[in-house]
Amino acid sequence: MRHPTVKAAVLSAALLAAGALVPAHAQSDGLSAAQAERYQALVTELRCLVCQNQSIADSNAPLAADLREQVREQILAGRSDAQIHDYVTERYGDFVLYRPPFKPSTWLLWFGPFLLLAAALAVALRFAKRRATPQTPPPVDRERLQRLLEDTRQ
Amino acid sequence: MRLRFLLPAAVLVVLIVLFAFGLQHDPREVPSPLIGKPAPDFALRVVGEDTPFSRDDLLGRPLLVNFWASWCLACRVEHPLLMELARQGVEIVGIDYKDTDADGLRWLERHGNPYRHIVADERGSAGLDWGVYGVPETFVLDANGTIVHKHIGPIDEQAWRRTIQPLLTTAPARAATEIR
Repeated sequence: MRHPTVKAAVLSAALLAAGALVPAHAQSDGLSAAQAERYQALVTELRCLVCQNQSIADSNAPLAADLREQVREQILAGRSDAQIHDYVTERYGDFVLYRPPFKPSTWLLWFGPFLLLAAALAVALRFAKRRATPQTPPPVDRERLQRLLEDTRQ
Repeated sequence: MRLRFLLPAAVLVVLIVLFAFGLQHDPREVPSPLIGKPAPDFALRVVGEDTPFSRDDLLGRPLLVNFWASWCLACRVEHPLLMELARQGVEIVGIDYKDTDADGLRWLERHGNPYRHIVADERGSAGLDWGVYGVPETFVLDANGTIVHKHIGPIDEQAWRRTIQPLLTTAPARAATEIR
């Protein structure tokens, strides 16, 4: 690599990529391979409350770090995934779950897209039907038409 | 056909209602699942002292529990209002969230102390149990230690007058005697 800028760019890209991997992995120490797998699955499915479009695995917010640590400690303490889910929802509500539970308050969330799809299909069907039925043109008064044509010619 | 004009109009009305609803709600505000439930227990200590402070110290009268920190900029915004409330006799318990005692005390010395009790939550463990995700956050507790309301972000005049004050005055003033 002759250009120092290219070298620097490659190097910084590599550093960035490495940095992006650090937060979630660094905290899974002390876990067995199976436990680390559960840890990864849990932290990528829990939503960070500070930067709300990130999972706690991706977020560098201190609260996300605290929650990751909680997840790690609770896995070590032998608690199940369901118990850990309960732990976070007791404190922060269903909001933290990227996979929302199925219950009356979330029915609209689960069924909404299908309702919209059904409505769209109904509208599309109506249009298709209308187009399919051959439209009979209104009867033409040929005499009047002839008269009009003659009028314009004059 | 009438439907042809009514349908888009109906859709428009529905959209306007949804937008009006959306404008009045902050999507960043996460509703707390703790409303109506007993405040979570904690075992902390008073800032700058070894005196323990726990949930039991919050019982017996309605009060505000305010999570704040010296590093928190938005806490400066609500601070004058808290000072005013303290002058009016409202009991506010301040929980110094993820802060050092020295920094917290210095901040209160500089800006004034609106808190009846200042409690240290250095590691943020009580904050975690109370579902705090950003300071300042303020909880309204009744005399039984039940969380009546949670305000996220700095309290302003409007939030105080419209929501918090009415709740504080209607909350049971005395702890219900345990029946069991």
